[in-house]
Amino acid sequence: MSSEKEPLFSSKNLKLLTTPLGAQNPITVQVLGICSALAVTAKLEPSIVMSLSVVFVLVFSNLIVSLLRNTIPSRIRIIVQLTVVASLVILVDQILKAFAYEVSKQLSVFVGLIITNCIIMGRLEAFALGNKPWPAVLDGFGNAAGYGLILVIVGFVRELFGTGNLTFPGIGEVQIVPDIVYEWGYVDNGLMILPPMALITVGIIIWVQRSKNKDLVDIS
Amino acid sequence: MDRQGNTYTFLYASVMVIVVATVLAFVAEALNPIQKKNEEEAKMIDILKSVNIESTTANVAEKYEQYIGENVYIVNFEGERQDVKPQAAFNIDLSKEVRKPLSDRQYPVFECHLDNGEVKYILPVRGKGLWGPIWGYVALNDDKNTIFGATFDHKGETPGLGAEISTDAFQQQFKGKTIFDNGDLVSVDVVKGGVPDDAPHGVDAISGGTITSQGLDAMLEDYFNGYEAFLKK
Repeated sequence: MSSEKEPLFSSKNLKLLTTPLGAQNPITVQVLGICSALAVTAKLEPSIVMSLSVVFVLVFSNLIVSLLRNTIPSRIRIIVQLTVVASLVILVDQILKAFAYEVSKQLSVFVGLIITNCIIMGRLEAFALGNKPWPAVLDGFGNAAGYGLILVIVGFVRELFGTGNLTFPGIGEVQIVPDIVYEWGYVDNGLMILPPMALITVGIIIWVQRSKNKDLVDIS
Repeated sequence: MDRQGNTYTFLYASVMVIVVATVLAFVAEALNPIQKKNEEEAKMIDILKSVNIESTTANVAEKYEQYIGENVYIVNFEGERQDVKPQAAFNIDLSKEVRKPLSDRQYPVFECHLDNGEVKYILPVRGKGLWGPIWGYVALNDDKNTIFGATFDHKGETPGLGAEISTDAFQQQFKGKTIFDNGDLVSVDVVKGGVPDDAPHGVDAISGGTITSQGLDAMLEDYFNGYEAFLKK
């Protein structure tokens, strides 16, 4: 252990926070958590609430597993991680039902599906098991935010072009495309609401990102 | 103790399970009253919405008291009113009732007295969509034939497709439709491909939500059949 105390936001720690937003994005680069990214992004509001829920679950599961990392018997470590994640997800579900009932009704099945989100188990295995609590929290936050960023972008694009509206938490549905545009003959693209377009939207994001950052292009 | 040994592993797993179970049980118990209240309020909001009374969680209890209050009762398949307290009638769990045969179910009726003196009968309905249950409330005029308003909701239908049954645009179509034709029960059909606006017993189904629409159609027919005796009285 170094005698000098590392600052909370040293450049090494900040990197944990920022690389998952871009060069190590869980969805577009590591291609994790794709399933839920496709499922919840038909509208903006569930995308946002889902992102916040994942931030909560990932930060705390990373923290708890990191605190327990020296005590966990390696043979049952996956089960231990799963228990931690499942408990946190149930906690989120119960809290949403009690204090954000409307949103919880909309997210219904999706909250439970956080358990199966590969990002969470991936980060626990790859990072929290071998690092101290504070970097683990940052790593969890960074990865969840990287996931959420893509979710919000996809949700925004799909709802805007699919229905002409955007729904925000706490505000509700807001019409974005003005009526006059419809009078000119613009038609909402109903295909955007369907799952294939989520895949295509994510694909376009990946394409844009890789054309800007050649390091990510895998030429093997 | 040997951290990789069997004893340690078993102990670790047991302690973890006990801790997790305690925490979750405690949270669930602590939050249960709030969740129950939310569910009741959501139910009241839905009931009032079927008669076009908008309410929020802040004022729903008061409005419910004003328009419906104690006028909740249960009828059986023969249309006879049962001797049950209003609160018990309100708490009837349709998810259990819907599994019984029509003749064994209990049918709650919410009688709503509007400001202008009109009486509306609000009937809860429940059925199956594509992914899970769908339910709703249908308000009938005092001729027990013309639909005054309807509201539907669902557990997990596809957003933008089947989930559209919970939108105003879909629900508005039910206004003014009739469920009897010359004294015969015909229900309201949810028709793929649409119906003319003045069709008395049909509404337009949801594109891309065919199975949900069919489920809604079946749900209405099922429950109107159950209420038929009461409605004919």
